[in-house]
Amino acid sequence: MPLRVVCYVNQFFGQLGGEEKAGVGPQVVDGAVGAARAVQQALGDAGTVVATVICGDNYVAEQADRALAEMLKYVRDARPELLVAGPAFLAGRYGVACGALAAAVQAELKIPAVTGMHAENPGVDLYRRQVYIVETGAEATRMLAEVTRLVALALKLVRGEAIGAPATEGYFARGLTRNVEVATIAADRATAMLLDKLAGRSFTSEVPRPAFASVPAPRLLKTLEGATVALVTDGGLVPKGNPDGIEALNATRYGAYSIEGKAGLDAAQYDNPHRGYDTSWVKQDPHRLVPVDVARELEQSGAIGKLHETVYSTVGVATTLAHSARMGAEIAEKLRAAGVDAVILTST
Amino acid sequence: MTPVAVMVGANRVVAAAGIIHPLGNAELSADDEKALRRRIVAQALEALKTEVARPTVFSSE
Repeated sequence: MPLRVVCYVNQFFGQLGGEEKAGVGPQVVDGAVGAARAVQQALGDAGTVVATVICGDNYVAEQADRALAEMLKYVRDARPELLVAGPAFLAGRYGVACGALAAAVQAELKIPAVTGMHAENPGVDLYRRQVYIVETGAEATRMLAEVTRLVALALKLVRGEAIGAPATEGYFARGLTRNVEVATIAADRATAMLLDKLAGRSFTSEVPRPAFASVPAPRLLKTLEGATVALVTDGGLVPKGNPDGIEALNATRYGAYSIEGKAGLDAAQYDNPHRGYDTSWVKQDPHRLVPVDVARELEQSGAIGKLHETVYSTVGVATTLAHSARMGAEIAEKLRAAGVDAVILTST
Repeated sequence: MTPVAVMVGANRVVAAAGIIHPLGNAELSADDEKALRRRIVAQALEALKTEVARPTVFSSE
């Protein structure tokens, strides 16, 4: 019995039309349509594309929950054993929809779902931990070759075969750690790497460093004399009793603390749960962490327009990148809404 | 810790007085400690005024 496969494609790859059809809601067509034909070709005798679900990119982007529910129903009705979404290449809305549908199908229908896209498609970061996303080029110029790799991985998943490392199989790392057996001990491998490095040869680290997105440096749009400046810290300043329960490490929370009417911080009123450094000195005098005293003087002398009356604080030790990015974005949002022009973030 | 700040992409970085007390130093007199804090904050304000194209460390001379 050939495998029952359902494909998901957008309006363009489903041959409904271009941007003018991007608002079209989900529909299902029997058999392989448009780009799904490449999937059928790659499957050969191993499987049959029994249905193609097509949906406009804007429809999914604008009402994701509804679109996903509708598409999920079409997929379920076709009783597949595998879903192939996309590939979406560098198309952002399409990539996000492919990831979302693949994740939903895996969770709800308990069948494997795979998709493919370009490394810079936003769908990669959103969904690579949940679904296998095969790396493709930016455009559909090598569609059949790339779909063939995608289908090969999908068939392995369906058959329950072992999946190799991301670099071997050509999918984006899912953030999983797996034990592997190697012939040489770590010291030998590290030494070999060092020798390669010294000799200018290429080598591959076994511990990839996280890639930090570069953030354009904003320009201060006012003079300092007219600017509102806020103080933020990741050094763990909290009022006595730590009312927000900010964790001593691996923090997921931050606090907003008023300094309205205060010329400085009274050590008796503050505490510090941070477990990443010796906090004795900043407990003795919180200004060693958050310079409210000096900032207040600068406000009074007119060197800065205004000191923002709320200090934001969290604990920055073993804090995950995801939580740091979220907390940073939330704090920035609040500062912006409050009309703050510049921030001094003190870090330990 | 300034190399870490630069690595993660902080655009305006000011070297402060140390991990356990970035804006102070308990070994100084109260007046000298506050003067140290003023210098670091002034440096931060200077950095805020300065246009940068990439992560830049502003160090007090």
